[in-house]
Amino acid sequence: MVVALVFSMTLPVMLAIGLYYKSSGLLMEQSLFNLIFSKDWRPLSGHFGLFPFIISSLWVTVLALIIAGPICLFSAIHLTQYAKSYVLKVMHPIIDILAGIPSVIFGVWGVVVIVPFVSQHIAPLFGKQTSGYTIMSGGIVLAVMIIPFILNILIEVFKSIPEELTEVTLSLGATRWMVVKHILMRKAFPGIVSAFGLGLSRAFGETIAVLMVVGNVTRIPHGALQPGYPLPALIANNYGEMLSIPMYDSALMLAAFVLLIIVIIFNFISRMVIHRMIKIM
Amino acid sequence: MSGNSKIIIKDVNLHFGKQHVLKNVTANIPEKQITVILGPSGCGKTTLLKTMNRLTDLYPNVKIKGSIHIGDDDVLNTKKDITEIRRHMGLLSQRPYPLPMNIFNNVAYGLRISGRKSKKYLKPRVQHYLQMANLWEEVKDRLTDPASSLSIGQQQRLCLARGLSVDPDIILADEPTSALDPLSSEVIENKFIELKSQYTIVMVTHSLQQARRIADYVIFMYLGEIVEQGPAEEFFNNPKQELTKKYIKGLFN
Repeated sequence: MVVALVFSMTLPVMLAIGLYYKSSGLLMEQSLFNLIFSKDWRPLSGHFGLFPFIISSLWVTVLALIIAGPICLFSAIHLTQYAKSYVLKVMHPIIDILAGIPSVIFGVWGVVVIVPFVSQHIAPLFGKQTSGYTIMSGGIVLAVMIIPFILNILIEVFKSIPEELTEVTLSLGATRWMVVKHILMRKAFPGIVSAFGLGLSRAFGETIAVLMVVGNVTRIPHGALQPGYPLPALIANNYGEMLSIPMYDSALMLAAFVLLIIVIIFNFISRMVIHRMIKIM
Repeated sequence: MSGNSKIIIKDVNLHFGKQHVLKNVTANIPEKQITVILGPSGCGKTTLLKTMNRLTDLYPNVKIKGSIHIGDDDVLNTKKDITEIRRHMGLLSQRPYPLPMNIFNNVAYGLRISGRKSKKYLKPRVQHYLQMANLWEEVKDRLTDPASSLSIGQQQRLCLARGLSVDPDIILADEPTSALDPLSSEVIENKFIELKSQYTIVMVTHSLQQARRIADYVIFMYLGEIVEQGPAEEFFNNPKQELTKKYIKGLFN
């Protein structure tokens, strides 16, 4: 049992060390700073700038959270505060089903529905023309994928707040909405941050569904209606294919390493926020 | 019975789904006295208390019939905004539930949401109510600390100050001392005795001793029905029902 525990505890560290070791070939030749912040990606001439991929990943992820965040928050508030109890009972299996759908199916759905929708309806709104394979499509598909995770946590967060807090606030002459806005949101804040943080980490690493709709063009995107090429897509598309190019596998390992580190940083930041909020309350 | 009735409860029946929780409850709660609703756990006394300011609205599948008159309003069937009516009743719950804010804002919140927002107005008010709840001396130097940093006894007094801040004329208390140590309980009890010259106090308790100490009027409930009610002296010294006699002698359960 102890061995199993130690194994699972050291797993992230071993993963990081392994990835770092594998990418060290490239790191010996070029500085890490340069690799991360250079936008020059030409493997054939030995240029492995990861910046376009990192930026694409951030774009897709943040967009997904901007779409999914409010939807989840308002759904959770409605389900726990306003809706009849059977609605929540119906919602639970729906959320579970949504969470269990394989991501490739979301990808197909994205290609068939979202990509044309973005191309025909959303882009014209902004006076743009696009094939639909854009950051926007990736963000929408990803938003739908992380909704069940964020929503699930938020429902638990709001359910864990004692009902008496609502009762005493109502007795002070507050309306239901004041209770939600002033008291429950505040009380739930650490939970909301952690739900969003977890959603963010999940979204950042999601690969296949995003890869199918995001366009995969190596260029720094300057808007949601341009194509992008997130880190996980880069790794999945190329690993095992063009490894005859010198240092290519090393560069992909570095990409994986960067991905891991960013996810860890997300986790760390949301943990810190939670910790500070709990102290204040 | 001396004085007027503040709350007139008539033929109240309450169902949770199929469960009949309050059965034909009729009672007159006297003004500016301490009324204690007494009875073993699960007899419906907390539900009766929450019916008075319609917190029962929060529960699913509740059906209420009957009337509860406070002043000119029938709380159960009024067309007025219920939040307005609730403001006339301060609530003290079983355990203290401070709002997730600092000590000052806990007391100021009720005033703020009714539109009184200026710091100049709030400061002396907050001090006044904290003094009323015997808490001012202990917290005057740490008003910006989170309310959760106080001890449980202090928190309960903070909740009392918060409840008084909106200037209610009724205080509803649901076993307000059950989570407190004896010393803090005594502070709350003495406070109630002090406050009854200005407020009508309705307190739920299952403690016979506590009822003896502070009650002016007693409502004794069992299994959703009122078994007996009357002025405290009469109730304790000369009970009429067999069930009451047994309960007072401690022969229950």
